[in-house]
Amino acid sequence: MTGVKRVRTHRAASPWLFLLPGLGTVAAFNLYPFLTTLHKAFTDARTLTPGSWVGLRNFRELLEDEQFWVALRNSGLYVVLVVPFTVLLPLLLALLVQKRIPGVAFFRSAFYTPVVASVVVVALIWEWMLDDRGLVNAVLRVLGAGPVSFLGDEWLLLFSAMALTVWKGLGYYMIIYLAALANVPRELHEAAAVDGAGALRRFTAVTVPAVRSTMVLVGALSSVAAFKVFSEVYLLAGPTGGPAGQDTTLVMLLQRTGTGLNGRVGYSSAISLIVFAVALVLMLLVLRADRRDGQDAQDGQDLPHRQGGPGPKGGRA
Amino acid sequence: MNRTTPWEKAVRYVLLLAVLALTVGPFLWQLSTSLKSTTEDIYTSPPRFLPAHPTGHNYAEVADIIPVWDYALNSLKVAAANVLTNLAGASMAGYALARLRFRGRRAAGLAFVAAVLVPLESVVIAQFTMMRDLELNNTLVAVVLPGAVGALNVLLMRNAFAALPYETEEAAVIDGANVWQRFVRVALPSVKGTLAVVAIFSFMGAWDDFLWPLIVLSDPDRFTLTVGLNYLHGTFQQDPRLVAAGTVIAVAPLVVMFVCLQRYFFRGVGEGAVKG
Repeated sequence: MTGVKRVRTHRAASPWLFLLPGLGTVAAFNLYPFLTTLHKAFTDARTLTPGSWVGLRNFRELLEDEQFWVALRNSGLYVVLVVPFTVLLPLLLALLVQKRIPGVAFFRSAFYTPVVASVVVVALIWEWMLDDRGLVNAVLRVLGAGPVSFLGDEWLLLFSAMALTVWKGLGYYMIIYLAALANVPRELHEAAAVDGAGALRRFTAVTVPAVRSTMVLVGALSSVAAFKVFSEVYLLAGPTGGPAGQDTTLVMLLQRTGTGLNGRVGYSSAISLIVFAVALVLMLLVLRADRRDGQDAQDGQDLPHRQGGPGPKGGRA
Repeated sequence: MNRTTPWEKAVRYVLLLAVLALTVGPFLWQLSTSLKSTTEDIYTSPPRFLPAHPTGHNYAEVADIIPVWDYALNSLKVAAANVLTNLAGASMAGYALARLRFRGRRAAGLAFVAAVLVPLESVVIAQFTMMRDLELNNTLVAVVLPGAVGALNVLLMRNAFAALPYETEEAAVIDGANVWQRFVRVALPSVKGTLAVVAIFSFMGAWDDFLWPLIVLSDPDRFTLTVGLNYLHGTFQQDPRLVAAGTVIAVAPLVVMFVCLQRYFFRGVGEGAVKG
């Protein structure tokens, strides 16, 4: 820990002037809204009326709200079905682009394109590809199958949105893995190869243990993102969440109930708190994984520090 | 180390090309669709990848249905403001946290860490009510304000400043430079790389953001590009060629920016460092 020597280098007020814009923004637009959410969750506030204290009524109502359970199921399924792919596929992709062969830098950059594009753009692209008469069905028809109505069925819609999320995150997590792989000593691989280990064996015996903490990190980061999913499903399934609202996610539900001229701000705040609580638990996992990373680094490996960072969706960080 | 067999190399290139088709192919398909003329059948099977008679007609027509260039301008304003406020606010706060000693520094640092832990999705409704009370909703100012100084950016800048050697600044202290002069003339020029990362991700975050502008903007004149495109896809007149033209307009600036500045993009992810 370095520090300025005990010389008077600035006025007492200077640090606070430096902090004012940042601290002011964060206090006004992150921390204060969180406190009001915490309060409003126990009121019957609406968009235009402050409402009064109702205790746990919002939460009791949630338990009996069929839409809430559908939304919780969908957001939960999103984590369970998306995360295994976002942990494994980008790792395989990183291994593919790790080797320095001619042109590999081009491929690395190209694979990052979906990360750069807005989720609205990629959702519109996918919508057109998955259309009943779109590219995917045209290809299926050539192969003698289909047509499949990807965007007409509640489950196919949800699975399509999940595939979109995985696809969009591939390049982002690939870069995180590349940073970790750069620190796996080459000798380990060579020793394993000399011992006659095949590619699959080298992957499970050398690569996976070496980047395990990064896998945990990616898993936790992507579970937080998956649980908060909004845009992909909103755009593919529409504002009302597909057939009979069966594709609504938690964030879609809180957006739908809390906005508009007569939005139920209190009820929506209760849903917000649930999103917050689950995200917090998942995020504490990130911090734990991160700490473990730090210990790995002490074993002589110089793991670059990484966590959070601008998200794969390019939303507000 | 060059022990790649030709066979392995071939397999690698085949795989690389397959992934390329999967990741970039959809964008090219969209570009191709946007260039196809109204008379060309876009539903053929097998699909035709190249437009028979490339035309810019769809780009002109999409502007007739939604004011796509106004939306792009709105997005540009929001993104530019977001870059400026984040660069200034995050570097100042990061500098104070990393280089100045004062009572309450730890608490200030914790406030930013706490802010990182609050998912924006869980406070958007409160932010929306707040903007209503301030009578700012439905303005571009309201779109910018909540993300004006990202807590994560503050922590990024703090790490960058903390890594600088102290000698340079000590020399400036001895020369009688005050804290503002040291910040602007000595510290800032030494963290250009991180400033670039913050600028790029602030731009991209604002340009691509959807949930917050969707909630806070209700007047179609004020829409940003993402909200406007969503509106386009909801209109009755859904010609895939026009939607394609709209998406190309939205994605092109970012792809250009990415191609020009890609080393910073990768640094942003590799380095996206927060030490709590």
